[in-house]
Amino acid sequence: MNRQRRKVLKTGGGATLLTLLAAAGWLRSADAQAADDWNKAAFEAKTMDETMKSLGGGAAAQSKDITFVSTPDIAENGAVVPIGITSSIPGTASIAILIEKNPNMLAANFDIPPGTDPSITTRVKMGQSSNVYALVKADGKYYVASKEIKVTLGGCGG
Amino acid sequence: MTDPMRIRANVVGDSTEVKVLMNHEMETGQRKDAQGTAIPAWFIQSVSATYNGKTVLSAQWGPAVAKNPFVSFKFKGGAKGEKVQITWTDNRGEKRTDEATIS
Repeated sequence: MNRQRRKVLKTGGGATLLTLLAAAGWLRSADAQAADDWNKAAFEAKTMDETMKSLGGGAAAQSKDITFVSTPDIAENGAVVPIGITSSIPGTASIAILIEKNPNMLAANFDIPPGTDPSITTRVKMGQSSNVYALVKADGKYYVASKEIKVTLGGCGG
Repeated sequence: MTDPMRIRANVVGDSTEVKVLMNHEMETGQRKDAQGTAIPAWFIQSVSATYNGKTVLSAQWGPAVAKNPFVSFKFKGGAKGEKVQITWTDNRGEKRTDEATIS
């Protein structure tokens, strides 16, 4: 993570960006996100901070209660990288997959209603070796865990 | 043109495990064809699973989900013979719903 950039975003830059987004009508409050309401701003965000903001969250705390299951350390093919995330944080309401070096960080956001296990498996594309973040929302708070996945063949090239 | 999903739902203990394989190109919009023109993005934006009229999983996806997406999840309850429905909507507004019987 680029520290200087974070600082800039935290001070003046962040506020300006927020105002801009709000003016463009892109910002939505977290509870306004219905299942069919695709969160354009979140999927177009290019940095962790932007993604967090457009998902309606603040800073995320590192958590050891989020684990990656059946996720490889080295992916032979970036076009198909299996990702499994299990959260043991009580009250898990959503699980998002963020890939740091993809053109847009957010890959998928799963809403977990009560009664469904906070554990999902899916497959994503990765352009290059990168950190993958599992972002969990539980009781209105955000938690994050990360794992580095090395890709030997990119999935976003032409 | 939408192809059917392959859905498998099995009772595991007191839960139902659902595995879904969807048929979709999941074009990112980043790639170019042989002439160098960009191939427009075409991907599934939202997915939802319902059981007995109750949503058991919903998701929003970006183009970074792999081609022919696979998802598996588990929910409490569910008995043999009951149905699970999966619906997806893509960014062209196309929609598909498929149903599977829990076994």
